[in-house]
Amino acid sequence: MTSISEHAAALEKSRAASDRFDPSVFQGMMSRHGHSGHIGMVYHAHGDNWVELALPYDKRLIGDTDTGIIASGPIISLMDNATSLSVWTHLGKFRPQVTLDLRVDYMRAARPGKTVIGRGECYTITRSVAFVRGIAHDGDADNPVAHVAGTFINVEKFVA
Amino acid sequence: MSGTKTLEKISAMLPPYAEHLGIVADHMQDATPVLAFDFSKGVTGRPGYLHGGAISGLLEMAAVAALRSHLAAHRDTQIRLKPVNITVDFMRGGLEKRTFAIGRITRVGRRVANVTAEAWQDDADKPIASANMNFLLSAAEG
Repeated sequence: MTSISEHAAALEKSRAASDRFDPSVFQGMMSRHGHSGHIGMVYHAHGDNWVELALPYDKRLIGDTDTGIIASGPIISLMDNATSLSVWTHLGKFRPQVTLDLRVDYMRAARPGKTVIGRGECYTITRSVAFVRGIAHDGDADNPVAHVAGTFINVEKFVA
Repeated sequence: MSGTKTLEKISAMLPPYAEHLGIVADHMQDATPVLAFDFSKGVTGRPGYLHGGAISGLLEMAAVAALRSHLAAHRDTQIRLKPVNITVDFMRGGLEKRTFAIGRITRVGRRVANVTAEAWQDDADKPIASANMNFLLSAAEG
């Protein structure tokens, strides 16, 4: 289990190289611990305001035994992490936040055996809310498996 | 069928993903199964809290289990479920304790089923998250 100190150390490390938040370092830490690691999610790529994570196919994620298609849950986990990281990447720094809501629309099922790439993008940040969107695809970004939209709440100035 | 048998049967029908997160059928509420998982490393997000995706997974499994129970009781043929979309709202952080979820059928038509699900920990009146799921229904092949 991730300890608070390990979490803090990873945060510190994710700022070490430059002054900017580095999603590869942060996801690297999360991929070794907890739910992210448990389902096999890893860092893939990032830009100024977007982050891509990869979820390799794993039989333990199957939601429909007849078809071998993975459940919706792992896609939500993937997109929750990718969009969450995109907020800090866009900001250039970490700020404590929680997911307020997340909506996933499925264009089609992810093909069994294929790695799912989740791309999260933060398109607007206010003092309290970060607005995110993204897609999940299994090889061709022009033929997505799902579109997502969500919001995160800044809990830095939490009212006790 | 006895209550324990029913729960065992429902748990056995849950897919590999449910097993991977430690999801089981905990008890029945009327004719609908209440699913649950214990806090573990595999469902942890930030330290000390459940991952939103793990909570979403539990909600999804509860919605599917409720719909399957409903279809088994009301339809004669095997029906395939395809998720069209899911919206999850998070109300409270999930703490280091057992989490429960139940699905409720809003409507089941010929083509579409609308299902909601709620997750809670100590108090069912204080949900930690809820989901709205829409499914496409089709006749199973073979």
